[in-house]
Amino acid sequence: METELTLNHFLFVSGLLFAIGLAGVLLRRNLIVIFMCLELMLSAANLSLVAFSRFNTTDGVPNYDGQVLLFFIITVAAAEVAVGLAIIVALFRSRETTDVSDVTSMKG
Amino acid sequence: MTFLFYIFAAIAVIGGIGVVVYKNPVSSAFAMILSFLGLAAIFIQLDAYLVGILQILVYAGAIMVLFLFIIMLMDVKEEEGKTFKFGAIVGAVLVVGGFTGALVKVLMESKIGNETIPALAEGGKSDVHEIGELLFSTYWFPIQIIGVLLLVATVGVILLSRKELK
Repeated sequence: METELTLNHFLFVSGLLFAIGLAGVLLRRNLIVIFMCLELMLSAANLSLVAFSRFNTTDGVPNYDGQVLLFFIITVAAAEVAVGLAIIVALFRSRETTDVSDVTSMKG
Repeated sequence: MTFLFYIFAAIAVIGGIGVVVYKNPVSSAFAMILSFLGLAAIFIQLDAYLVGILQILVYAGAIMVLFLFIIMLMDVKEEEGKTFKFGAIVGAVLVVGGFTGALVKVLMESKIGNETIPALAEGGKSDVHEIGELLFSTYWFPIQIIGVLLLVATVGVILLSRKELK
């Protein structure tokens, strides 16, 4: 018995990955792992974009606008990771920690 | 086709869960690579070959190597003995449960969600061709901006990683 793949399948996996990433951001204390979970959430959004692009096919040609947007998202994510990790390294140099509960000097 | 989708989706989701539950950041990073490989396979299943390859090259390759490099450079220790705080667990369960519940409800009620994958035209242009054409015609301005962004990011990273910040 083979059921056909529908848009729901892909959107559900995408939503599930986003939820896992969100749980990671809320639960973990290590800055680097929090940052990885953010990347996971970005990737989950990418899956939605590709799925919508593929299912929005007219005359046998998918709507490639979604995939172009994904191209931009990947580029921006790469730049974001580079800058974010540089900030984490600078923080580690001055505080010797990557734990968010040790970085509370901005807390009112 | 459906069978393969379930396998790849399971790989992606299990990798994602691994990122959250592993105490050691290095294990988290490897779980993340597994998750990205599963996602890339799903992209390729959706006939998005360029994007699938980019996912592997840029995410699983470049970005995760950068993460592993930083983890090993800073010699991050395992979060031993540190259990999740009670408040954080309650918050995470509420937010994630609410989000997943809302998602299931929306997906159950949506009409477009039950569409099956439409067939592609025979002998059409490849996706690399189509995306390339779009990038250098309709989206010529955003791609220039992305170039400037990458330059700014490079300069910013060099400035941030100097020994003393001025």
